Amino acid sequence: MFEYAPAPESRSVVDLKPSYGLFIDGKFVDPTDGGSFKSINPASEEVLAEIAEAGAQDVERAVSAARKAYDKVWGPMPGRDRAKYLYRIARLIQERSRELAVLESLDNGKPIRESRDVDLPLVAAHFFYYAGWADKLGHAGFGSNPQPIGVAAQVIPWNFPLLMLAWKIAPALAAGNTVVLKPAETTPLTALLFAEICQQADLPAGVVNIVTGAGDTGRALVEHPGVDKVAFTGSTEVGRAIARSVAGTRKKLTLELGGKAANIVFDDAPIDQAVEGIVNGIFFNQGHVCCAGSRLLVQENVADRVLESLKRRMAHLRVGDPLDKNTDVGAINSAAQLERIRELSDAGSAEGAERWSPPCELPDRGFWFAPTIFTGVTQAHRIAREEIFGPVLSVLTFRTPAEAVEKANNTPYGLSAGIWTDKGSRILWMADRLRAGVVWANTFNKFDPTSPFGGYKESGYGREGGRHGLEGYLNV
Amino acid sequence: MTATTTSARSDLSELGRSETALRTFLHGLPGVDQVGAEQRAAQLGTRSIKTTAKAQAIDLAIRMVDLTTLEGADTPGKVRALAAKALRPDPADPSCPHVGAVCVYPAMVPYVAEVLRGSAVHLASVATAFPSGQAPLEIKLADTRAAVAAGADEIDMVINRGAFLAGRYSEVYDEIVATKEACGDAHLKVILETGELATYDNVRRASWLAMLAGGDFIKTSTGKVPVAATLPVTLVMLEAVRDFRAATGRQVGVKPAGGIKTTKDAIKYLVMVNETVGADWLDPDWFRFGASSLLNDLLMQRTKLTTGVYSGPDYFTLD
Repeated sequence: MFEYAPAPESRSVVDLKPSYGLFIDGKFVDPTDGGSFKSINPASEEVLAEIAEAGAQDVERAVSAARKAYDKVWGPMPGRDRAKYLYRIARLIQERSRELAVLESLDNGKPIRESRDVDLPLVAAHFFYYAGWADKLGHAGFGSNPQPIGVAAQVIPWNFPLLMLAWKIAPALAAGNTVVLKPAETTPLTALLFAEICQQADLPAGVVNIVTGAGDTGRALVEHPGVDKVAFTGSTEVGRAIARSVAGTRKKLTLELGGKAANIVFDDAPIDQAVEGIVNGIFFNQGHVCCAGSRLLVQENVADRVLESLKRRMAHLRVGDPLDKNTDVGAINSAAQLERIRELSDAGSAEGAERWSPPCELPDRGFWFAPTIFTGVTQAHRIAREEIFGPVLSVLTFRTPAEAVEKANNTPYGLSAGIWTDKGSRILWMADRLRAGVVWANTFNKFDPTSPFGGYKESGYGREGGRHGLEGYLNV
Repeated sequence: MTATTTSARSDLSELGRSETALRTFLHGLPGVDQVGAEQRAAQLGTRSIKTTAKAQAIDLAIRMVDLTTLEGADTPGKVRALAAKALRPDPADPSCPHVGAVCVYPAMVPYVAEVLRGSAVHLASVATAFPSGQAPLEIKLADTRAAVAAGADEIDMVINRGAFLAGRYSEVYDEIVATKEACGDAHLKVILETGELATYDNVRRASWLAMLAGGDFIKTSTGKVPVAATLPVTLVMLEAVRDFRAATGRQVGVKPAGGIKTTKDAIKYLVMVNETVGADWLDPDWFRFGASSLLNDLLMQRTKLTTGVYSGPDYFTLD
C-alpha cells in the first residue's frame, strides 16, 4: 500500500489577532454596544478569534462613511484612477495569497488545495478583470456615460467567503459605487484581512466598509434607508425576505440564491471524465456550492457502469484536515449546517432511497460528513427537491433526452446544469431547453471572471461576472 | 481500492478473428474528453508526497526502473556497466534495491545476460525493427526470436502505427499475436508510440487492441519521437488496463517511457497508479518506468532522505 504521509500547510503565515473590530471609514473600530461573537475552526472547533458584532448604530456609521466617500471621493474620481486602486488590490491579493488561502481554510474548513488552487486565483482574477472595466464603462453597452448607483449593501455567504466578497466588491468599485459588506458570521476572517489589504493599498477611507455580525446585522444593513443597492448571495428563504423588505423602495436588488442542479450523463459520454465531473460537481467544497450538481441524471443503459466507476472513484477521496495538501474533502462549515445535512440524508433513507458512502474515517472533533450518494431516488423525494448544501448526491435515471430535460427542469431552482455527451448537437439542443443560468458541457463548476453567472426562477436574478455583472452596479 | 466488478467476465478472444468485430468493439469504447483527462492528470500532480511516503515511493520507483540504453553507440562495455549498476544502483548503500530490468538492443543482450545471470533483474530487449517497426513481419519475428534466444526474458515491441492509423486493426492485432508467439515464455511489452497516435481516443483503442492480442504490458513510447510519456496518456492507459481486468479477469502492466527524468515526475506517476488502478499495480511486475537518467535522480533524492545531505551528481555513476 502507498500511504501518503501528512503534508500540512503551515499556519505560521497567518497572523491571527485575538479580536477584530469593525472596518468603518478606513479604520478598525469597536462596535458601539460592544457585542461580539466567536469564529471557530470547523475542523477542530478551536476558537480562532473574537469578532465584533455590528448593531444598528454601527451600520448607520458604516453607511454614512460609504455615503461620504461616494459623494466626495470615489464617485467623482476618474475611472482610470479607480482602476489603479483595484489593480493594486489585485496585486496585493496575489502577493498575500498563501496567507489568505490558509486563513480561508482555517475559518471555512475547505481543503487548502481548493483555497490555494481555486478560490484565491479566482479572487485575484476578479479584481484584475473589473479593474480593466473601470475606465471603459462607456463601452460596456450601458450608454456612453453610465453612472454608478451610490452606496451598495452587500451580504455574502460562508461557502466561498473571499471569492463572494470579490464578486461583490470588484464590480461595485469599478463602476464607482462604495460598499458596506457583511460577511457570514461563521467566516468573517478573510474579509477582515481584505480590509487590511484595502488599508495597505491606500484605498480612500469609506470606499469599503466591513460590518461583521449575523442575521440582525444583515437586516439592519439591507433595510437601511441610506442604501441605494442591495446585493445578496445566500439561501432562497433569506433572499425572499430581502426582496420583500426592498419592495417599494428605490433600492436596486440582485439575488443569487439556492440551486438543485442536474448533472446529466448520456450513454455516449466520456465516462471517466464524466465521473470526475460528477465528483467535482458535488464533492467540491464539501458540496457547499449553490451551483453544485446535486442531482445526477444518468441514462439508464449506462447507469450501472457509471455508478460502479463513481463508487470506485469516491473510495479515493481523502477526507480530513483541511490544511493537509492532500485533502480532497474538508470539514462541514458549521454545526447547524451539519445538522441540516444529517436531517435531509436521514429523510432520504426514510423515504426509501439507498444510501452509500465509501469507508472513511472521520476525525473525532469538528464537523464532518462522509461523501454520500443516494440511489433509487425519485423526483418526489425530499433529497431530489431540497437543497442539501452538503456532500450528498441524489442519483436518478432517465431514458430519453426529453425525459432528461423534463426532470432537470422540474425544480423551483435554476442556477446551473451539466451535460455529458460526445454529441455536440445534443449539447446545443439540451442547452436551449434547460432553464438554468449556467449550462456546463463536459465539465462542471468552471468559473471565470469574464463569464456571467446567475439564476433562473427561485435561484435569483441579476448576473455577476463579465460585462453583465456591471449592470447591477450602474444606473441603467 | 481495486475494481469490484459485478458484471460477468467476458470472453473477448473471438474479436480478433474479424476486422469488423474488432473495429466495432474498439470504436464502441467510451471516448476520452481531452480537457477532462488533462485536468485530472494535473490535479493528481498536485499531491504532496513527503517524508516516509517519499522514501517508500523512491524505493518503489527504483525497483520499477527499466534501466535503458538504446543508442547506436552502445558497446559491450557500456551495457555491462549498466547491468552492474542495475544490480547495485548505489554501491555505497546495500539497502538500496535493484532496478526492475535492463533494456537494450538485441545485439547487446548476450553481454547483459552474462552480468545478470542468477539475479532477479529482468533483461528486456527491444525488437520488431525498433523504433520504427518498418520492416517485413518475418524480419520482426526473427528479431524477436533472436533476442529471446540470446537471453532476453522481456520483449518490447512496437506496433505498426501506419496500419493502426489507417484503420487496419486486424493487421496490427495479427502482428502482436505473432510476436507474442515468437516470444515464447518471454513477457511481451507492446509499445503504442502514443506520440504518433494524436488523440487520447486512439491511445485507448490501441491499448485495448494490444491487450486483446495478448500483450503482457502496454508501453507509451520508444523514446525516439518528440513526444514521449505524458501523465494524461498514462492515465488513459491505466484506465484501459483497469477496465480490461474488470472485463476479462486478466491483469496487464503499464510502462511509461521517455522523458521521465526526475524523482518528482516519477512520484506523480506513482500517485496516478495508486489513485487510478490501486495497489495491485504498485509493483514492478505491473508498472515500470522506461528511463535512463531517472535512476540517478532517484538515488540522489534517496541519499538526501537517508543522510540529510544532498550530494552532487559526481557521487553517482554516469552511464
